[in-house]
Amino acid sequence: MDTDDDFMSNLSSEDDMLPDDSDNDVSGDEDFGFDDEPDVYIDSQKDIGQRKKTPFDVSYKVFQPQDVQKQQDELIDEVNMILTIAKEEAAILLRYFRWNKERLIEQYMDRPSQVLEAAGLAQTTAGPPKLRTIPGFTCDICCEDEPGLQSFALKCGHRYCVDCYHQYLSQKIKGEGEAARIQCPAEGCTLIIDARSLDLLVTSELTERYHELLHRTYVEDKETLKWCPAPDCQNAVECRVKKKDLDQVVPTVACLCGYRFCFGCILNDHQPAPCQLVKKWLKKCADDSETANWISANTKECPKCNSTIEKNGGCNHMTCRKCKHEFCWMCMGLWSEHGTSWYNCNRFEEKSGTDARDAQAKSRVSLERYLHYYNRYANHEQSARLDKDIYHKTEKKMVLLQKESGMSWIEVQYLNSASQALQMCRQTLMWTYAFAFYLKRNNLTEIFEDNQKDLEMAVEALSEMFEKPIAELADPKLKVEIMDKTSYCNKRRVILLDDTAQNLADGAWSFNIEFMNSTSNSGPST
Amino acid sequence: MASQNKRIAKELAECTTSPPAGITITLPNDSDLHRWHVTLAGPDNTVYAGGQFGLIVTLPVDYPFRAPVVTFATRIYHPNVTNDSLGNVCLGPLKAENWKPSTRLAGVLEAVRALLVEPQPDDPLEARIADEFRQDRAEFEKNARAYVVRYAKGPVKFDAAVGAAAAGAEAAGGAATGAAVVRP
Repeated sequence: MDTDDDFMSNLSSEDDMLPDDSDNDVSGDEDFGFDDEPDVYIDSQKDIGQRKKTPFDVSYKVFQPQDVQKQQDELIDEVNMILTIAKEEAAILLRYFRWNKERLIEQYMDRPSQVLEAAGLAQTTAGPPKLRTIPGFTCDICCEDEPGLQSFALKCGHRYCVDCYHQYLSQKIKGEGEAARIQCPAEGCTLIIDARSLDLLVTSELTERYHELLHRTYVEDKETLKWCPAPDCQNAVECRVKKKDLDQVVPTVACLCGYRFCFGCILNDHQPAPCQLVKKWLKKCADDSETANWISANTKECPKCNSTIEKNGGCNHMTCRKCKHEFCWMCMGLWSEHGTSWYNCNRFEEKSGTDARDAQAKSRVSLERYLHYYNRYANHEQSARLDKDIYHKTEKKMVLLQKESGMSWIEVQYLNSASQALQMCRQTLMWTYAFAFYLKRNNLTEIFEDNQKDLEMAVEALSEMFEKPIAELADPKLKVEIMDKTSYCNKRRVILLDDTAQNLADGAWSFNIEFMNSTSNSGPST
Repeated sequence: MASQNKRIAKELAECTTSPPAGITITLPNDSDLHRWHVTLAGPDNTVYAGGQFGLIVTLPVDYPFRAPVVTFATRIYHPNVTNDSLGNVCLGPLKAENWKPSTRLAGVLEAVRALLVEPQPDDPLEARIADEFRQDRAEFEKNARAYVVRYAKGPVKFDAAVGAAAAGAEAAGGAATGAAVVRP
């Protein structure tokens, strides 16, 4: 069924990647931090069915927790062998260099002692860490000096009793969530405690937490890795799109858990809008949407100084509190032209009135423009939620349908596909409106709007079919229609994203951030 | 707990027998080693000279694994001390990520004194005072001296409320002193 292939194309792109790249997992990491290759990888591996490469796909890999651990172990082993230093020290060095192995080795070869010192490692090579009992020893932290006190020191020789070390480490690990940069307890000593020494000093429960924290810092340290933000998901995603490329590409990735998100800003999938616009848009919506609605419904602007004015009762003779301009609330014309009596305004066609209304209309355009886009954005957001609700009911419907029509489980999967297509297309549509809000008109925007309209019409049509009662859904004719529409929606979405992503990569869009500023100026003046 | 007290007792002994310059230490409540009252003489050749500043040092129950809390009981006009009745002070070594269990209180108190000698306007708690310190030194000195005359002359009053707010855990020693302090 080609509809399915097409529909799954985004979800399955990480699957495509794995066989391609699995053999150079590690060599890929060697390039970390070097600009010797293109930053944006076009997804050009083997096609599934009729699918060709699309400009809006980026290449990425999903790693499960054991993969992440394996990566670290392999890097540590390599550094361990090349530099012949202990593994736990190699780990500290790698963490200091944010897992950039090349830079580590280069700098270590140049000036080993500075590198060791900066990373918090001692110069000396001593035997493995061990606890010792030294006669006459007094712990400098607790001031205990009883005979037989077990003590420990890192290579710096700052020796403390085991109890104090234990408490210190547990305070750091449990209390502060620190792991990679726990220093020797001595004042001014920057030596880092390594994993092997730690094992000697604390209980297994703390060691576990310690390694968990280290594991976390590995992903957080690497620019190319990010945790999947879905709740309870422990996977990490690797993508080489760099921060500076985010104005040219919207790196959308899908985790193995099914969650789709933007690698650039970790927000939910927001194609086709670039991260920067998304950030601006969300901020604007948080600040403005309700306020703007209210302002639009209840206020007018002073014809002279453009202050926003709410008429809270009384007659139509308005005096602007700010600029003292006197005007008529009804026609917005000069009050002085109304004579001296307080009759209702019936001077509709007077020139000063129409001029003032024109000016008023102009200052309203920006606000209304925003509301136009916001309402459509919010509508798709809401509809996607409703579609999801319906889908949950649909699951029950599918079971019913199986019973009533004698269709098999496979045969009712088209409802599932339709629902997923609706979700995804609405998500895209939603962001096309935020995108369009910041878009400056040119020839390309017409094509964009046509694409948007086509997708929107298809989505609404599918959404309508989807809501049909169970008896009608069983009709084979409707089933075919739904399947066709699902496939069409997915195709339209790909076309729209292709077009926007291509133009984004080419720098063909122009945006009107200035326009946005003027919109916010029409808000309530302070 | 016993071993912690041993450490604290040792530090207290060291600080009382050979106190750091310009510093006197008393315990408001002899049975509570976790609350120290410190009187700091304004260092010579500074705007704070001639003033007596009260510091309340509160040691957390897990001292020395967590940093002590130091607050000014006497109001002071200084970029790194909040200009209010709380008297919070921003001190590098006392931040959780910088604190080392081997750090001694004598060293902390010396750091506070050093802060009076040389304020750190780049890391301020009071941005306005820091700006004034950088841009209009004469005005800053005038104000700081005025505060000394107004608040830091005569015997130091350790306000119970200040310490209790900062201490949290140590309630016992708090109420013993200074119940009648009235702030202008």
